[in-house]
Amino acid sequence: MTSVAEKTTVESAPEPPATARKVSAWARRAPLLPALVFMIIVTQLPFVATLVISFMDWNAYYPDERGFAGFDNFVRVFTDVNMRDAVWTTILLTVGVVLISLLLGLGIALLLDRKFRGRGAVRTMMIAPFLVVPVAAALIWKHALYNPEYGLFNGALTWVWGLFGSDNPPQPDWISNMPLWAVIFSLVWQWTPFMMLILLAGLQGRPLDVIEAARIDGANGWQIFRSMTLPHLRQYLELGALLGSIYIVQNFDAVFTITSGGLGTANLPYTIYQIFYQAHDYGRASAAAVVVVIGTIIIATFALRTVSSLFKEESGR
Amino acid sequence: MSTVTDTAPVPATRDDAGRPVKKRREGANVWLSLLAWVVGILFVLPVVWMVLTSFHSEADAATNPPAVFAPITLDGYREFFSGGASPWPPLLNSLTASVVSTIIVLLLSLPAAYALSIKPVRKWTDTLFFFLSTKMLPVVAGLLPLYLFAQYTGLLDNIWLLILFYTSMNLPIAVWMMRSFLSEVPVEMLEAAQMDGANLVKTLRSVIAPVVTPGIAATALICFIFSWNELLFARVLTATVAETAPVFLTSFVTSQGLFLAQLCAAAFVVSLPVLIAGFAAQDKLVQGLSLGSVK
Repeated sequence: MTSVAEKTTVESAPEPPATARKVSAWARRAPLLPALVFMIIVTQLPFVATLVISFMDWNAYYPDERGFAGFDNFVRVFTDVNMRDAVWTTILLTVGVVLISLLLGLGIALLLDRKFRGRGAVRTMMIAPFLVVPVAAALIWKHALYNPEYGLFNGALTWVWGLFGSDNPPQPDWISNMPLWAVIFSLVWQWTPFMMLILLAGLQGRPLDVIEAARIDGANGWQIFRSMTLPHLRQYLELGALLGSIYIVQNFDAVFTITSGGLGTANLPYTIYQIFYQAHDYGRASAAAVVVVIGTIIIATFALRTVSSLFKEESGR
Repeated sequence: MSTVTDTAPVPATRDDAGRPVKKRREGANVWLSLLAWVVGILFVLPVVWMVLTSFHSEADAATNPPAVFAPITLDGYREFFSGGASPWPPLLNSLTASVVSTIIVLLLSLPAAYALSIKPVRKWTDTLFFFLSTKMLPVVAGLLPLYLFAQYTGLLDNIWLLILFYTSMNLPIAVWMMRSFLSEVPVEMLEAAQMDGANLVKTLRSVIAPVVTPGIAATALICFIFSWNELLFARVLTATVAETAPVFLTSFVTSQGLFLAQLCAAAFVVSLPVLIAGFAAQDKLVQGLSLGSVK
């Protein structure tokens, strides 16, 4: 549409004066500039600062020893066992939460993609976990659900065992026994609604007439799901995985609240926070941040390719 | 077999064969609906449990097995609001930071989205993806420079610093959302307005705004939610004066003995604005969270 409009204006006015063209180009750009300049200043400048600090010896505890450090900080980052563990933990945490919540979300979206009594109510109930403030959710999981003495999980075990006349129910200490899973489950609970909403929107955009035709031709439910629903949902699954990863890779609240990064649950954001906030080693924290950013850029390049292919399909504008 | 059924008594046998299948499907449907209800209840249970516990006394809150039908009391809320440090300053700080940053985000993103959809600049997709790419950068990488900047300028523990950061955090989301809402504005309406000689401001106000108002509201609610929820930066950049509600929540647990009812009350109070905003924006929630790519 717009390209056509541009062509016609060019044809009707064969040689517009260069200055006029410039003015109109700037008039087009003007509304964009405040947001663009703001974003460049607030997101790119700090990164330049991080890059500079990463090559410096700078610990707030030893203000006199500030100076150029060369690659020392990077060497320390790459040889630090904690950092390597943090990378691994971040991968496990992100992949675990994204995969489980995608699968659960898919199942629930399929359940909700049918007409039944109280469908709206169930949908509303499903959204609720996503609307609890993340720190509040983490606190509730830690103290009201996982607590070995009075948490709901062990309370429920006592109750169920009591039904069968046993007064010796198992009372596991959930967080100490499986710290990473404790964090993962609380995040799965918060993120499944998100995946469910995206996939439900995808399901409702299915071409129903084609599916009806397939059913008349004798395809069973599984065949329809495998060869029609799933391919249609592919881009929605990708989108859910991508957006979920963007947010969960950066998770700080759950790790900070549930385990305080202990018991092998410290992910990268938490580890960098610790180096900076507790050890006050600005140089090393910056080097770690630079490494994480470079890693993110590599992964994000692939991710952005996915979004942009999605995006081109969607907008024919 | 099939040749036999395909002859004369076809309608009868088909009917006979068809009915059990249909019945079985209806039976399965009932079970699936039941399953949907069970799953929904399981997911909402922690929230319900939080609310229920917040209305119990501390003694009833810490029982095993759980005392579901314990008497209702407001003690948890009373203790939260007037027991120790008042939660009002942090709640007001959160409100200020979220509302002001959301307003700035809207003021910046609406014109930007206009320049990316209705009158697109050259290479507008590149610009759009620049905004998205900033969302992928780990925020923790910007934490230290922002902290040092605040230290030198004396902005530590100042709510305006958080407002600045929350604006940059939400601006990419808002630009993407707004672009997707603005691209729903019919081109003919814009052309008509231009024929009438309306300028940019007038076009924005009288043609575009009415169509995209629901979208603007949804964008605002989502930006509000993200700012309200933020913990890491608020924790590092604020102390006693500009402390926000999530930071208050984390500091509030540590010292006390029997605190579960009070904690649940606190968690519920802090989550309440998000729950309200989220349910209000329910229909637009997906579109917002998927940056406008799912309608």
